[in-house]
Amino acid sequence: MWNYEKRLQYPVNITTPNAKLAQFIMSQYGGPDGEISASMRYLSQRFSMPDRVTMGVLTDIGTEELAHFEIVATIIHQLTRNLSMEEIENSGLGPYYIDHTVGVWPQAAAGIPFNTCELQVKGDSITDLHEDMAAEQKARSTYDNILRVVRNMPEIADPIRFLRAREVVHYQRFGEALRNVQEKLDSKNFYAYNLGFDAPCMATCKDC
Amino acid sequence: MSRSCMQEQMRTCPPRYEKDMPDTMNCCQLLQHINEVSFAVDDILLYLDTHPCDADALAYARKMIGKRRKAMDIYAKKYGPLTIDCTNERESSNWDWVMQPWPWEPKQKGGCR
Repeated sequence: MWNYEKRLQYPVNITTPNAKLAQFIMSQYGGPDGEISASMRYLSQRFSMPDRVTMGVLTDIGTEELAHFEIVATIIHQLTRNLSMEEIENSGLGPYYIDHTVGVWPQAAAGIPFNTCELQVKGDSITDLHEDMAAEQKARSTYDNILRVVRNMPEIADPIRFLRAREVVHYQRFGEALRNVQEKLDSKNFYAYNLGFDAPCMATCKDC
Repeated sequence: MSRSCMQEQMRTCPPRYEKDMPDTMNCCQLLQHINEVSFAVDDILLYLDTHPCDADALAYARKMIGKRRKAMDIYAKKYGPLTIDCTNERESSNWDWVMQPWPWEPKQKGGCR
């Protein structure tokens, strides 16, 4: 269950459209390391986690990623408002415009459509949490790449910096969740069994 | 993010109004205040997920959740609801929820985002 709030987690007010930058930043909407990829990954991985703490971290970060998905969409929308045909044709946005006008569609910067194969749900808490930590770093790198391009445009760089900072925080929380899971395992062999498959009762055991 | 780091981030926003008096804020100031206290809640929530026994963090979360609730109610009463739970805060013959600006609307259209 989710509730909607009619506000962005971080405000976006872009006054100058820029078709080329919209195409770049779109990668964080529907690209390999984008926000929808993150949200779907975490919200889907929850069910095979061994305890409520890990389920909580995945639920709450997965939910925040939906808010980030909306921030990125707003950036793209505001960058593509009031574009002239000349700007569309000269910026490289032309092929996108033919298929989507200036609607917001999840694709990578190079035009590859969003694909679930960009994320994994392995059903093993150790494996999945490592993937989540990597996902946060990949998104952080993408935001760093975007920031090099928009560094002199504060109205774009400001919300991108917020999103980048959240990747770092989420990485930290996933690291703590991983450590918490490892503490439940045999320290001589973390891989002796999969908590999500071989010991699925832990979430409801009395001593959890 | 540690709480001191988060507070540092919030300090970078210049105080244009009295932070603890949401009753005196205009629409844009109140929305900014809601964004700030809500972010504090978003961040401390994740911290508490992995540190559920941290008493200081729990006290901070309770304080910020209270501020957020108060600000959301004031906003709903004065300007309209931001969530469905706030729709009864003011008596209106219209369904105010749908008349509120969407967060991606540009400022010049009358939104205060």
